[in-house]
Amino acid sequence: MAGNIPPDLKYTQEHEWARQQGSVVVVGVTDHAQSSLGDVVYVELPKVGATLTAGKQFGVIESTKAVSDLFAPLTGKVVKVNEALPDNPSAINTDPYGAGWILELEPSDSSQLAGLLDAAAYGNLVKNS
Amino acid sequence: MTRRTPLNDAHRALGARMVDFAGWDMPVQYSSVIAEHEAVRNAVGLFDVSHMGEIEFRGPGALETANRLITNDLSKCADGQALYAGLLNEQGGFVDDVVAYRFSPEHILIVVNASNKDKDFAWMLARAEGVKPVDRSDDYAQIAVQGPKAAALVQRLTPVDLTKIGTYRFAQGPVAGIDCIVSRTGYTGEDGFELYCAPGDAEALWKALLQEGQADGVKPCGLGARDSLRTEMKFALYGNDIDDTHTALEAGLGWICKLDKAGGFIGRDALAKQKAEGLERKLVGFEVTGSGIPRHGYPLLKDGQRVGEVTSGTQGPSVKKPIGMGYVPVELSTEGSTFDVEIRGRAVPAVVVKTPFWKK
Repeated sequence: MAGNIPPDLKYTQEHEWARQQGSVVVVGVTDHAQSSLGDVVYVELPKVGATLTAGKQFGVIESTKAVSDLFAPLTGKVVKVNEALPDNPSAINTDPYGAGWILELEPSDSSQLAGLLDAAAYGNLVKNS
Repeated sequence: MTRRTPLNDAHRALGARMVDFAGWDMPVQYSSVIAEHEAVRNAVGLFDVSHMGEIEFRGPGALETANRLITNDLSKCADGQALYAGLLNEQGGFVDDVVAYRFSPEHILIVVNASNKDKDFAWMLARAEGVKPVDRSDDYAQIAVQGPKAAALVQRLTPVDLTKIGTYRFAQGPVAGIDCIVSRTGYTGEDGFELYCAPGDAEALWKALLQEGQADGVKPCGLGARDSLRTEMKFALYGNDIDDTHTALEAGLGWICKLDKAGGFIGRDALAKQKAEGLERKLVGFEVTGSGIPRHGYPLLKDGQRVGEVTSGTQGPSVKKPIGMGYVPVELSTEGSTFDVEIRGRAVPAVVVKTPFWKK
């Protein structure tokens, strides 16, 4: 099941989404990812100011049964993290593209965004996975 | 080949997520592990446990034969009573944990874990002095109905007076018109029943329970909720918390081992010796006080040195805390003792707490 794949977002092979919002990029995990994981009970966030590298692990998300790594969609600096998540990790299940956002990144090169999957390509990835 | 219970189609029709469990294609969850867990704590949940094995001893001497194989004492039971017990190896380690049902002194049924059924049966066959066991696993399906509303739900479907069936007692009678063993047992920490029926009747029974239970908020529940429920009770899971290398005393299950029962049991002498000499390690329940969830296999550390490992761990949906179990040196086993759980390279503090973790 592909789940909800908003057309205006970019996606990674590892099931994160990225939304450009002015000079920053908001990052979360997809509806497909949250559905596959099941009930999310824990999220390990990076610190504000940390530098993430595209494709590298930056945090951990745990559901009742599984532990999964989170991978950075872009290289850049963390400017904000969703501080509500540690107390309410289920927001990732109920609203993965809204209240379940994970962090905001200031990309070192915003043209990197173009290199991510668009909604159609991500839809195909999910369909074939 | 993966085996299927008689409820396999019913699980798929309900949209269950299926996984391979001990060679069986079983539902891990239908909607959400947490929602299913909470249904059992607050209302009622149904579990397909048809994959469990049933081994029967029947005929003169059945009681004596079975009683010599298990740690608990069926000779002290009434007919219609069930007992949680262990099958131990000669060293006092677990072959399995089981529930033994006494229908009469000439009819005993021992329910074993799915993953151990063939091993248990061979083990019993080799050691049964007297009545030979018969593997009846293919003759039974089993549905667990668990939760505070379980009794009311089952009662509406059966003429059997459930108020007469106390905890760990059972009776036989129709449920939804289907012949069942109605047993007031379960592994969730809640009141409830385990209903044994013929495999061909299982789907009708399942559907009748789901239909009748709608008003109670019944939910079909998968292995995920079963695991979090039993972990909150510190109920042992074979292969995680108990196995052939840990003795019943180390597991805190001395209470199911009747060292002084007539005829003894296999593993009795090893336990008596260990009891006399004292334990070196014990299974404890702990809460993680730092940030992170303990998982099976994570190291337990004291002053940076590995002293054990997590045998079961989860974020307890009812206790709302990260909880776990593990074997630690006996000096670290008392309530309030502290150690660390190594969670992905980080040493996260934990404290030994009184169990069960969950109390109403």
